Amino acid sequence: MSAPYQKVAYYPGCALEGTGHAYDRSTRAVGKALGLELVDLEHWNCCGAMEVKNVDPKLQTYLSARNLSIAKDMGFETVMAPCNGCYHNLKKAEYDLAHDPASVEVNRRLTAKAGHTEYQPGEVTTIHALDWIKQAIGEEGLKARIRNSLAGLKVANYYGCMYTRPRHIFPEKDKGPNSESTLKPHFMDDLLTAAGAECVEYPLKTACCGGAHSLSDADTSTRLVLNLLTTAEACGAEVIATECPTCHTGLEMHQVRAEKVLGQKTRVKILYFTQLLGMALGLSARKVGVQENFSDPSDLLRARRLG
Amino acid sequence: MPIHEKSLIRRENLVTHERLTLEGVDVSGDWSTFIQPRVITDYNEMMEQEIAALAGGEAIHRCWQCGSCTNACTINAINPEFNPRYWIYLIRLGMESELLRDKDIIWQCVSCNKCTYACPRDVNPEGVMKATAHWLELKGHTAQSPSMAFDEEFSSQVFATGKIEEGRVLRGFFARTGQKLQQDWLMALLRGLLMRLPVAYLMRLGLAGLIRPRTRGWGRARAALDDYVKDRRAADRRALHLDPSETHQ
Repeated sequence: MSAPYQKVAYYPGCALEGTGHAYDRSTRAVGKALGLELVDLEHWNCCGAMEVKNVDPKLQTYLSARNLSIAKDMGFETVMAPCNGCYHNLKKAEYDLAHDPASVEVNRRLTAKAGHTEYQPGEVTTIHALDWIKQAIGEEGLKARIRNSLAGLKVANYYGCMYTRPRHIFPEKDKGPNSESTLKPHFMDDLLTAAGAECVEYPLKTACCGGAHSLSDADTSTRLVLNLLTTAEACGAEVIATECPTCHTGLEMHQVRAEKVLGQKTRVKILYFTQLLGMALGLSARKVGVQENFSDPSDLLRARRLG
Repeated sequence: MPIHEKSLIRRENLVTHERLTLEGVDVSGDWSTFIQPRVITDYNEMMEQEIAALAGGEAIHRCWQCGSCTNACTINAINPEFNPRYWIYLIRLGMESELLRDKDIIWQCVSCNKCTYACPRDVNPEGVMKATAHWLELKGHTAQSPSMAFDEEFSSQVFATGKIEEGRVLRGFFARTGQKLQQDWLMALLRGLLMRLPVAYLMRLGLAGLIRPRTRGWGRARAALDDYVKDRRAADRRALHLDPSETHQ
């Protein structure tokens, strides 16, 4: 199989340097194990997450466009962002700068004042860590490299909001077989199935965890997360696989909060999909940063002889 | 006549007589239910235009009231009072007093974008929710919501250094909203983490708290962003017929 994403620019973002460090660690470890090269974006800035757009959406567009222009300066056409928030914002900037003259105007003005290269639509394309592994290695390639199959592990794949919505900003999705679906995404299911896992039918794969108000409206977030957790358990899942540090931390935080505040305990474990893939590729739990997760999945990993 | 969709009518506008006989016919209970008539004269005809002038509200005029947004809404599923379709209707008609009855929950939109995904008219209801919450704050109808306090804290750190550090955002947010940092569940979470974490990771976290992560060469970008934010704030206030020289924080 050809490898279109053999070497890509890597945009970790703020969360992957903080609470989502396990995701950064496992993404890099999986890339290394698969022989894929990541080159860190130099002097990147925050994408604005879900907060800056509420001050002004065009500021978020500028912040992301600055990161895209860095990738261009470094000679890359593809930048890979594992965080759903970063990925979404970079895609949104690509879309807005190709379609909205007012956004182009503001970006031009801010770029000129800040004194760096201006990003032009189409010069750089953002992909998610899922696209990266799916396109560069593919299911067959992955199967050939599995050393510690996830056989029998029941996984609910949770994609969250920002990976598929709004659909307008993802022109490569919904293009039939082999493309990702915005209504019923399956790339994570494809990859983890190739790694031997049994992916359960999980109807809430694109439901919202309330991550935008994780702290500012904690009761709402707890209710939304509890629904995700109990539904995953009802679907027979032992693990929820995540692909976003905000969702991941939100699920872990509100799993504890639901127990402390509402007295509702759930047992399902929460792991980044890269952690599961890494262990299937024969990496240790420590190598994929399991000890950095807020929730402790070691019982399950021991029982399944993983990591 | 029976009233269908009774749940859509505010309870105080429904009148039922437990015991009532009209011209010899017993119409007690449900048989005498009717909706209180009302006359509305206090339309705010500027409201749609003002909300459309704020970021996110631009396409509100496209709405044709299909209700796909409310049907898809994450928050509506846990609180039926949260109804984007209805609020867009009120804004477009200028029924300000009706909108104000829900002023304290509009900020609760979680930006999941299910509405924007479902909308057949590209209204961008998520943006309209944000513009409406913003409008309510600027007009002084609501105090700053916890969500906006979080957004402002987060954004000010991005503008200042190009990056955020989560511990600092957390502390700043709790300080802004006057909450104590030692929430029971947060402490339980941290204790669990401290028990298992390797020392090197803790040191890295501690270090990030002391030495703020920042983007190299950010100075000029910071100046450009500060200027833009100032311009935008003044423009928003002008659009809402408020004194542009005042700030709204």
